[in-house]
Amino acid sequence: MLEMLQMGKYGAYVWSSYGLALIVMGYVAFKPLMDKKSIFKELAMKYRREAHQSTIKEQK
Amino acid sequence: MFKSIMKFIYHFASPKHFYRLSGKLIPWFAWLAALLLIAGSIDGLFIAPVDYQQGDSYRIIFVHVPAAWMSMFIYMVMATSGAIGLIWKIKLADVIASSSAPIGAAFTFLALVTGSIWGKPMWGAWWVWDARLTAELILLFLYLGFMALEAAIEDPRAAARACAILAIVGVINIPIIHYSVEWWNTLHQGATVTKFDKPSIHISMLIPLLLMALGFKLYYVAVVLVRARNKVLYTDQNSGWVKELIKSKNEQFTSI
Repeated sequence: MLEMLQMGKYGAYVWSSYGLALIVMGYVAFKPLMDKKSIFKELAMKYRREAHQSTIKEQK
Repeated sequence: MFKSIMKFIYHFASPKHFYRLSGKLIPWFAWLAALLLIAGSIDGLFIAPVDYQQGDSYRIIFVHVPAAWMSMFIYMVMATSGAIGLIWKIKLADVIASSSAPIGAAFTFLALVTGSIWGKPMWGAWWVWDARLTAELILLFLYLGFMALEAAIEDPRAAARACAILAIVGVINIPIIHYSVEWWNTLHQGATVTKFDKPSIHISMLIPLLLMALGFKLYYVAVVLVRARNKVLYTDQNSGWVKELIKSKNEQFTSI
């Protein structure tokens, strides 16, 4: 098992390549998912503010 | 005939329809991509036989080559959709182009760095100014240029137009990357799969390579759709369907 992970004498090269791919692709995939959440929050807040302002106008 | 086709395209390229349809498709692409990438990695790392010349170091190929293919494929998607946006004024095409750029840049970066990590034990150098490597580096700069240009122009329509033109002009670099190993004497090895002859790679190594390549492609589709949906939502924030969507989501939260 350990021998398999060592990849001959190239373990460091092989594993760093796959690890980097995992990190980069993971970041690229999860960043827009986080962005989506913040867009939903931001817009919800904006609409609430707008609704609030329009009721104030009506009262005046 | 042409008119009805265009009507159909405009209908499905409308933000509302795109948002709904892509929302249904994303999980399929994402899960299939994850499955293929896991299978391809296990096959590539542990099952595929050791290369007689390069030993285990060649296993980097299963990340390096699909990433390099994607760097070119995404560029072509970006330039094509940029051109479609330029000619037919379909906003969604511009959105796809701008959503693709960072993903393409990430794959180009991956191709360059994994190539460098592979080059060190095989060539004895992290980097050489070889035609293939230099052309790929230019590709990275094209992506970064696209993103910088987009960020620098405030009017989104003007930005999309300028970026589309940059992307189209940059297409010249794609055949240069592909044929660089034939046109010049390079240190980089020649093509083993994408050539007219039979692939000169054994089937036991070709299968994980194709699994990874397909996995990368589906990954790109899933991520570009998520990014495009975010952009559509944000730019359409003053239209009724976005307001309804956000409100219905909020009611779900508050009712829990």
